[in-house]
Amino acid sequence: MAIVVERPKLTLAEKFYLPAVLAGLAITWKHLKRAIFNKGIVTMQYPEEKWDANMPDWYRGAPTLVADEHGKDRCVACQLCEFICPPRAITIKPMEIPEGDKWRKVEKRPEEFDIDMTRCIYCGLCEEVCPEQAIYLRKDYSITGLNRAEMVHDKETLYKLGGVREGLVFKWNELK
Amino acid sequence: MDLDLILYFLNIPWVFLLWTTFLKSFIFLNLTIIVVSVTVFAERKVSAFIQDRVGPNRVGIPFTLIGGKKDSFFFGLGQMVADPIKLLTKENFVPGGVNKFYFWLAPKLVMIPPILVLAVLPFGSTLFGVEMTIANLNIGVLYIFAIASLSVYGITLAGWASNSKFPFLGGIRSSSQMISYELSMGLSIIPVFMICGSLNLNEIIDWQVVNGWLVSPFWPKGFSVGSLLHPADALHAFVAGVSLQRLLLWIPLLISFVIFLVSIFAETNRLPFDLPEAEQELVGGYHTEYASMNFALFFLGEYAAMFAGSGAIVSLFLGGWSCPLIPDGSHGWFWGLVNIGVFFVKVSLLLLFMIWVRWTLPRFRYDQLMKLGWLGFFPIALFNIFLTAVILALVRN
Repeated sequence: MAIVVERPKLTLAEKFYLPAVLAGLAITWKHLKRAIFNKGIVTMQYPEEKWDANMPDWYRGAPTLVADEHGKDRCVACQLCEFICPPRAITIKPMEIPEGDKWRKVEKRPEEFDIDMTRCIYCGLCEEVCPEQAIYLRKDYSITGLNRAEMVHDKETLYKLGGVREGLVFKWNELK
Repeated sequence: MDLDLILYFLNIPWVFLLWTTFLKSFIFLNLTIIVVSVTVFAERKVSAFIQDRVGPNRVGIPFTLIGGKKDSFFFGLGQMVADPIKLLTKENFVPGGVNKFYFWLAPKLVMIPPILVLAVLPFGSTLFGVEMTIANLNIGVLYIFAIASLSVYGITLAGWASNSKFPFLGGIRSSSQMISYELSMGLSIIPVFMICGSLNLNEIIDWQVVNGWLVSPFWPKGFSVGSLLHPADALHAFVAGVSLQRLLLWIPLLISFVIFLVSIFAETNRLPFDLPEAEQELVGGYHTEYASMNFALFFLGEYAAMFAGSGAIVSLFLGGWSCPLIPDGSHGWFWGLVNIGVFFVKVSLLLLFMIWVRWTLPRFRYDQLMKLGWLGFFPIALFNIFLTAVILALVRN
C-alpha cells in the first residue's frame, strides 16, 4: 500500500526563506570565527602529529619476527605462514641447524626470511597460523622505500622490527 | 626623438584616450585575475574553516626552504600559484565523440562575458585627472545585462558539445535557470534608475556620493573630517540627512537590493543556485568532460563573473568607490588610489559573503528556483517599482 507523506505546512517566515538563511549563516559564522583562531579544528597534521599513542592493541601493522627473552629466535622454518599467505608475500629458505648448536634439537631455522611489503595485505593470517608464536603484526604502518628491493624486509630487518617479546610459552627448554 | 614631442603626441586627445584606456584595461584585468586567484584560495580556506578543517596550508613560497628543515608555509599562500601552474601544465584531454569546434569554443564563451562586463565598472574615482572607468557608457547597466546573460550560451554549448549525459543535463539546467532569474534581476534595479535618473554607473555613483549609498536609510550630507571636530556641525549634517522620502525609499531599495543580490548568485552559478554544476548529482555538470586549461577557463569565468557581479552590486547599491570621510581623486593622486582600494575592499567583502553563503546553504531544485523567480521575485519586483513610483510622486523632499 502506498504511504502518502504529508508535506509539512510552512509558516510565512519559512516560505520567505530569509530567516532560515540568516540562521544558517549565523551557524557557519560561529564555526568560521572559532576556526580562524585555531579552535575547534579536528584535522590532525599528519607527519608532525601522529595518532600512534592511541593505536589499539589489536592494530595490524607490519608483520615481524620476534625473539623471546631467552635469546632464542622463535621461527623454526615450518613454512606454514608462507603457505597461508594470501598474496604470497613471504619467502622462506629453511636450513638445518648444525651439530653442536645450543638449539640443535629444534632442527630447522630459516636461512632467509623475506616479506615483500609491496605485496603484504596486513591480514594477520601468518600470525594466526604460526605454531611457534614467532611472527607478530606490530604497529608500524608507515613502511616506505625508494625502490622495490628496499620494500622487501629480510630476516635481519624483521627481527629488528619485532624485537624481543616476553611472556611467551618457552617450548624448546632444556627439560624437554 | 625629443621628449617634448613625445609628450605632445601623448597629449593629443584621441591618443591620450587610447593609451590611458589600454593602460587601465591592462591594470584592471590583471588586478581582476589576481583577485580571482586570491578568491579561489579564500574559497578553499573559508570552506575549510566553516567545516572545522585547516584547508590548504602546505604549499609555501618557493625557495624558502634553503638551509632549514622547517620552512614557513605562510598559511599555504603558495597554493594560489600552485593551482594555476597545475592546470596550465596538465594534459588537455579531449574525449572522443565530442563536437570539437563547440567543445573548444564553449570555455571561451564563458570566460569572455564577465571580462567584458568589467569595462563599465567604475573601479575608482579619478587618478591624475583620468577617470577610472574603462568605458564611461551611458547605457552602463543595460550593457552589463546584455553581456552577462551571454555566458549561459557557453555553458549550454559545453553541455551539448560534450556528447555525454551529465554535461547535457547541466546545460539544460543552465538555460532553465536563466529564464527564471533574468527577468526579476532586470526589474529589481529599476527603482535605482528611478531614483538616480540615470543608467550610467558613473552617474549613479556620483549620485550616491552626494546623497548617500542606496542601501542606507539616511545620510549625513556634507559630513567631513572637519565637522567631526565640531559636534554641532556633525549633528547638523545628521539632521540634514534624514528625510521622510529617503526613509520611505529605503524599503523598496532594500527589497531590490536583496532580489538583485540573489539574482547575482543565480547569474554566477553559485550555490544555492549552482544547478548546472551540481557536483553531487551531475558529476561535474557542464564541465565534466573538460580538463586542464579548458576547465580552468570555466573556473576563471565563474570567479570573474563573481567579481563582475560583486562590482555591479557595489556600484549600484554600496556607493562604488566612495566611502564617507574619504575625498575623491580630485584632491590628489593619493586619494585616487585610496578610492580604488575602497572599491576592491567592498568587492572582496561581497566575494567573502558569496563564499560564506556557498558553504551554508543547500542547493535549490530547479523547479524551486523557477517558482522562486516567477512566483516570488517577479511579482515582488513589479510591486517594488510601483511602490517606488508612488513614494517618489507623493512624498516630496
